[in-house]
Amino acid sequence: MATLEGAADQQSAAPGRHVELRRPPRLARMAGVLRAGETGAWKWGARVAVLLPFAALAFVVAVLAVKAYSAVEVNGTGFFTGAAWKIGSTYAATTRTDGVAHPVGSSYGAWPLIAGTLQTSAIAVIIALPISIGCAFALTERLPRWVSRPLGFAIELLAGVPSVVLGLWGVLTFGPALSKTLYPFIADHLPNVPVLSFFKGTVGHGEGLLTGSLVLTLMIVPIITATTADLFRQVPSLSKEGGEALGMTDFEVANRITLRWVRSGIIGATVLGLGRALGETMALVLTVGAIFQLAPNVYSPMSTIAAAIATQLDSSLTDGTGFAVASIAELALVLAVISVFVNLVARWIVHHTSRLGGPVGRGT
Amino acid sequence: MPRARRRAVFTVLFRAGTVLALLLVLSPAVWLLGGVVAKAVPHWQWNVLWTNLRGEDGGLLGPIVGTLVLMAGVLLIAGSVGVLAGIHLAELGRPGRHGGPGGTWLRMASDVLAGFPSIVLGYVGYVALVVGLHWEFSLLPALLVLSVMVVPYIAKATETALRQVPVSYREGAEALGMSMGHSMRKVVLKSAAPGIVTGLLIGLAIAGGETAPLLFTAGFSSTVWTGSLVHSQGFGYLTYLVYQFWSYPVKHANYLSYDAGLILVVMVLLLLVAARVIVARTQRHSEYRGR
Repeated sequence: MATLEGAADQQSAAPGRHVELRRPPRLARMAGVLRAGETGAWKWGARVAVLLPFAALAFVVAVLAVKAYSAVEVNGTGFFTGAAWKIGSTYAATTRTDGVAHPVGSSYGAWPLIAGTLQTSAIAVIIALPISIGCAFALTERLPRWVSRPLGFAIELLAGVPSVVLGLWGVLTFGPALSKTLYPFIADHLPNVPVLSFFKGTVGHGEGLLTGSLVLTLMIVPIITATTADLFRQVPSLSKEGGEALGMTDFEVANRITLRWVRSGIIGATVLGLGRALGETMALVLTVGAIFQLAPNVYSPMSTIAAAIATQLDSSLTDGTGFAVASIAELALVLAVISVFVNLVARWIVHHTSRLGGPVGRGT
Repeated sequence: MPRARRRAVFTVLFRAGTVLALLLVLSPAVWLLGGVVAKAVPHWQWNVLWTNLRGEDGGLLGPIVGTLVLMAGVLLIAGSVGVLAGIHLAELGRPGRHGGPGGTWLRMASDVLAGFPSIVLGYVGYVALVVGLHWEFSLLPALLVLSVMVVPYIAKATETALRQVPVSYREGAEALGMSMGHSMRKVVLKSAAPGIVTGLLIGLAIAGGETAPLLFTAGFSSTVWTGSLVHSQGFGYLTYLVYQFWSYPVKHANYLSYDAGLILVVMVLLLLVAARVIVARTQRHSEYRGR
């Protein structure tokens, strides 16, 4: 009762009283100052953070360029055409070429490595692309939601498996099993015509170009599938329904409407997968045999640039002149240039083809 | 072949093709998972989780701690830088020429870095940090290289999450007199949190499973991390064991390699499941359910 009376008292007294605006208490004032500063803090923090990737990229390129300079000078064009990768005699006296010290008998030719990188990536992308598109169709168009969701997640998990674990499985289980079953079958039954003759010959024990490429395929299929499935979901259902209303079969709808609509996006996704394949290291170190040679057939051991960097750095440290490490820098530079080039081409394709507009009323 | 017949055949081929494609991916995936489990489980002993590694003997305590420390460090460094970079890309950059998102050059740098070969980053880390700055094989160079790898992923996830925050939320915050920074912390980041956390978890999965750049920056050590950032003459982590121990002529070393593989797969699985659960839970409560 007392409080009620008090309240009534205040109310009755209010109209006549002069109300002074009180200053906010000290804590609230401080909070106000902090809040005014907060916007600036976010902005400056974000500004600095967004420049860091840029700075890191510039730093990486600069270090590679400086380190590789002497190797580029001495190795010349032989780096891209030569086939021998020799550190030379690290015990004998060093010699000089163009003023750069290096061991006697050193020779750096990276052609088998460059070719190997392109081979593994090309085979992986060629196999992965149709599989990924098929998977994306199955997940988005053909299967009911309660089946496609867990399957989609399973494919996502495959993308998350550490590449070294994939490599271990590839060298212990996958490669040996295929070299006893699938590889002899392919080698025996393919006709001996120009391109396919690469698939004939002795099949080995499962460490080589094809095993590495198949493991790579397994790594990039989830990437291409996820992106392609996302693209398929963005195709307006009006267009697809229109196609069906005209009597198109589901293959024709898929081929003439859905695929056409997202073509540039699929190219972009593929090149993204290609970039991943070019730079992949651990899975390939373990599965391709890591021997520096141009593979005589698709089953033979070989190496790629990334795998070579991983396996060669240790022995390069024995070269007291540092020329071996410089040559590895040149190798890293070549790989970096290839992968940045591929990345930029992907962006360019997506940027330019997406302007052209879809075939059927884009924007519905 | 008559036209109608051909169409029917193509339809059947198309349907069979999609199922075949799915099988071609899922069967190796199941094989992989089964293979990893089959290699590790028959010899599995729980005490590898808390026993020290001694040469080729003992357990995996040191490497497990190492991988967890690496993940925590990446969360700290790449997490803060990545989220802030994402905020800049989504909110602060000037709009682009066609009214689209701005910051084209910055986004391009981030994308190029995301596609950069990790082994090259590892090499640069070795040349510049391990040798150049005399840090030796230790935690800090490894953390920096891993963070450079992971930042683009987290920035991308943050940017995407922030772009999905409805404009009405920001307008509401502004109408209440909140400063941009205050509404960023209280409103915008809060509603974008699930997407950002998902990005962080995926970044963690990448950091935990990476090997190539660590070979040249972390080296290896079988002891448990002592707390030093540099000059520690090696830092142990799980993926190194998977890479090296499988080919040793000692059975126990091989088993440790398989065990490390299994632990890594389980770890990544848990992280990705957590990310998926977060997305599913927030979608259930979202007003934008249909998207």
